[in-house]
Amino acid sequence: MPPPPQFPFHNLQELRHSASLATKVFIQRDYSEGTVCRFQTKFPSELDSRIERTLLEDTVKTLNTYYAEAEKMGGQSYMEGCLACATAYIIFLCMETHYEKVLKKISGYIQEQNEKIYAPRGLLLTDPIERGMRVMEVSVFEDRGSSGSSLSSSATSGGSAQR
Amino acid sequence: MHLGLDEPVRECQYNQICTRNSSPMETLSHKKKRTPRRKWQIFPGRNRFYCNGRVMMARQTGVFYLTLVLIMVTSGLFFAFDCPFLASNLTPAIPVIGGVLFLFVLGMLLRASFSDPGVLPRATPDEAADLERQMDAANGSSGPGYRPPPRIREVVINGQTVKLKYCFTCKIFRPPRASHCSLCDNCVERFDHHCPWVGNCVGKRNYRFFYLFILSLSFLTIFIFAFVITHVILRSNRSGFLNALKDSPASVLEVVVCFFSVWSIVGLSGFHTYLISSNQTTNEDIKGSWSTKRAKNNYNPYSYGNVLTNCCAALCGPLHPSLIDRRGFIQPDTPQPLSHSNGSGLYPSTQNHTHMAAATPLLHSDPVMMGRAGPPPSGKTSLGGPCSSLAPSQPSLPSSMPGLGCAGDMLTLRDPDAHCHHHHFVSPEEMPSPLGPSSLVLPFAAHGGHLNPAQLYDPASQDSLHEDSVRGLVKLSSV
Repeated sequence: MPPPPQFPFHNLQELRHSASLATKVFIQRDYSEGTVCRFQTKFPSELDSRIERTLLEDTVKTLNTYYAEAEKMGGQSYMEGCLACATAYIIFLCMETHYEKVLKKISGYIQEQNEKIYAPRGLLLTDPIERGMRVMEVSVFEDRGSSGSSLSSSATSGGSAQR
Repeated sequence: MHLGLDEPVRECQYNQICTRNSSPMETLSHKKKRTPRRKWQIFPGRNRFYCNGRVMMARQTGVFYLTLVLIMVTSGLFFAFDCPFLASNLTPAIPVIGGVLFLFVLGMLLRASFSDPGVLPRATPDEAADLERQMDAANGSSGPGYRPPPRIREVVINGQTVKLKYCFTCKIFRPPRASHCSLCDNCVERFDHHCPWVGNCVGKRNYRFFYLFILSLSFLTIFIFAFVITHVILRSNRSGFLNALKDSPASVLEVVVCFFSVWSIVGLSGFHTYLISSNQTTNEDIKGSWSTKRAKNNYNPYSYGNVLTNCCAALCGPLHPSLIDRRGFIQPDTPQPLSHSNGSGLYPSTQNHTHMAAATPLLHSDPVMMGRAGPPPSGKTSLGGPCSSLAPSQPSLPSSMPGLGCAGDMLTLRDPDAHCHHHHFVSPEEMPSPLGPSSLVLPFAAHGGHLNPAQLYDPASQDSLHEDSVRGLVKLSSV
């Protein structure tokens, strides 16, 4: 397998401004365990040439464990639920829910992964919460210098990403 | 975002902005220059937002105000006329308990009504296009054996096969237990039903508030009923029955209201207690999704097995955050979801226009046409005929459901012709989502499989709105 192309991007801002969006790859939800939030760990074939399989799979697996932690039903969540009910849910004016705390951790993790792993490969992970937890969007960027790959789906994404 | 009760009361100016208003573009663009706009202002569903996006309700709120009035008037009369007597003759704990109950009821009602029930945001144009491509690829390839049509995905959950349906309005495959509410025009996660009394859908995020509301309202109703009767009896002992009624005329009204409410509210509470303990939604129960009448080995894959865990999960489980970020500011470079489902031309902002023109998937253009243009032209797909004949029929609710407080009223509240937007295409599952018994649940798959893509490329019969979409589609398909 040819090595993934190296992009001289050291931060995400550079990536966004200097590269052009070629396509977006979507990692769908995995509903085999019910309605809990899980993403498929199946590696999308479009990214074969861009990133090593294990890296992306690790990221998705870590995110899945984060979501599982957020939605875990155990002593802590029951305590929080009962306390909130007893205070007629007014307590959430001052306090964040456990889920929201985990979501913050997740967004920090995704930011870190983007900076360390994905931006150097010309990819960008979008936090699933920005897509309504439906998909994990991986934006694939092409260096502006190279001949633009066909903007096939970019008939739709053109308006959003082209600058 | 925290949906506190105090926050909106303190600082809201009731800007009632109906997102479906055809606000002229000049006002919108004028506003855009001045203030950054928030996402609720371009929300595609049929919801109303108040207090700058903090409060979210359904479009029809008349019955909600009736609920509020009934509760407040009855309780007010109780506190004003019965409590003084009871406090002095029995115990002052009565008004205190009554007060606590009343505040709890009100709090839960407002929380259930004002919060996001778990609306799934619509797909961005990129996602929709990606899904369309996958479905086309699946449609085109032929293989031996049974394969579900591309608009249905099957997933095995806990040993039970569950079908995930594609929502034409939201352009997504609905997660399990989600359903599309035709009144609010949104897909809602763990959709229970649309409650007109609460003025909102009841879904994943506000089900516990709804349940606590009806439970506490049952207690309050029984409480008021019991103590008003006690009051009248005590007075009658002193001065005779007729004099007692003359001294406290409000008691008669309270007794009447409470008497009629008790049957429906207590019945509804009982029904929902049953649903919670078996981890089902009203939608699933009405459709009989997990009943053994459908299949011998049918069981509910979401149930945890025992009643206590099911109850804890429903009431004390983690509170999921809202997915629609109503109060976030619109970023100029983020993709906005497709916001029209019925071709009535909602163009909330200029950047959406290009998305919609280019990206309306081919599968949508025909059904929308059907809805608007009356009888579908012959030579169109088989989707049109049988579905349109089914659409107006009113389902009958199964008699097994007691206390039809909420569900019963949904039938009367459906005014199909009042809104022009109602003519958007609904699949048989989509339309009477809380109402449809199994007879209406068509094998939609059968129709989906008959779609002939060639028939949809008929630009001449599209109206101008869809000409753009078709051009965009042709572009898409030619790549």
